[in-house]
Amino acid sequence: MSNESSVVLNQFRQGDQDAFEALFRLHQRAVYEWILRIVRNPATAEELTVETFWRIHRAHGRFEPALGFEGWARRIATRAALDWLRMERTRRPESELSAETLAELAAPARTDPAVTAEIRLKTALAFARLPPKLRIAATLAVVEEQPQKNVAAALGISIAAVKLRVFRALRLLRKDLERMGITP
Amino acid sequence: MNVQDEDRLKKLLQQVLPPIKADAGPERDLWPAMQRRLNTRPAAPASAGFRWAWFDGALAVGLVGLAALFPASIPVLLYYL
Repeated sequence: MSNESSVVLNQFRQGDQDAFEALFRLHQRAVYEWILRIVRNPATAEELTVETFWRIHRAHGRFEPALGFEGWARRIATRAALDWLRMERTRRPESELSAETLAELAAPARTDPAVTAEIRLKTALAFARLPPKLRIAATLAVVEEQPQKNVAAALGISIAAVKLRVFRALRLLRKDLERMGITP
Repeated sequence: MNVQDEDRLKKLLQQVLPPIKADAGPERDLWPAMQRRLNTRPAAPASAGFRWAWFDGALAVGLVGLAALFPASIPVLLYYL
């Protein structure tokens, strides 16, 4: 960490608004990208990026400059995305997917032509029905292929717990697909 | 579920939900939205007021029931409060 960034981090910790703006401008792209990987919707990712930095702003006094800003911000971003997934699950019926997702799923398969639009739709529905904690772990570790160390740090759990959540997510997904007549 | 099943499911998932391309930044600068958010008065958090969770209610009902059925347990309950 350079002296300059160390100064900014310390100023942020003390509630300096300019330091917060500097950190926002420096990290907004990375935070947005991380959230987009989880929620997979650009407009929602933008909203949650602002929400994340709002939480960061409120928690400035608890920030430990020695531990670095990026990991801390990522953890808060993951929590904000998880809260959104939980809220969305109660607000939107489980069987519903957004219009963009449906249009994307109806498009021809990118790699394997044997994976029909129906299979893609049912898989997406089953995935959307997973408990948010399992879904977020599977999205980051399996779909986005993020290193398990990063996923564990973002979720605030151990690597073993990430593996367990991914395993449980895949097992639930398989059961749900079988119930819908699809044997993966 | 064996390793092959797991791999098949992972491949299926990656086809259904393709990974987000790297370096996918926001379409606009989010600082103006952040400033608006900072300038709005924060709403009182939902947990600010006193609220009963279902678990709290069930626990209270259980304790009252226990005290009504077994009055001798009241001193024990008070001791552990």
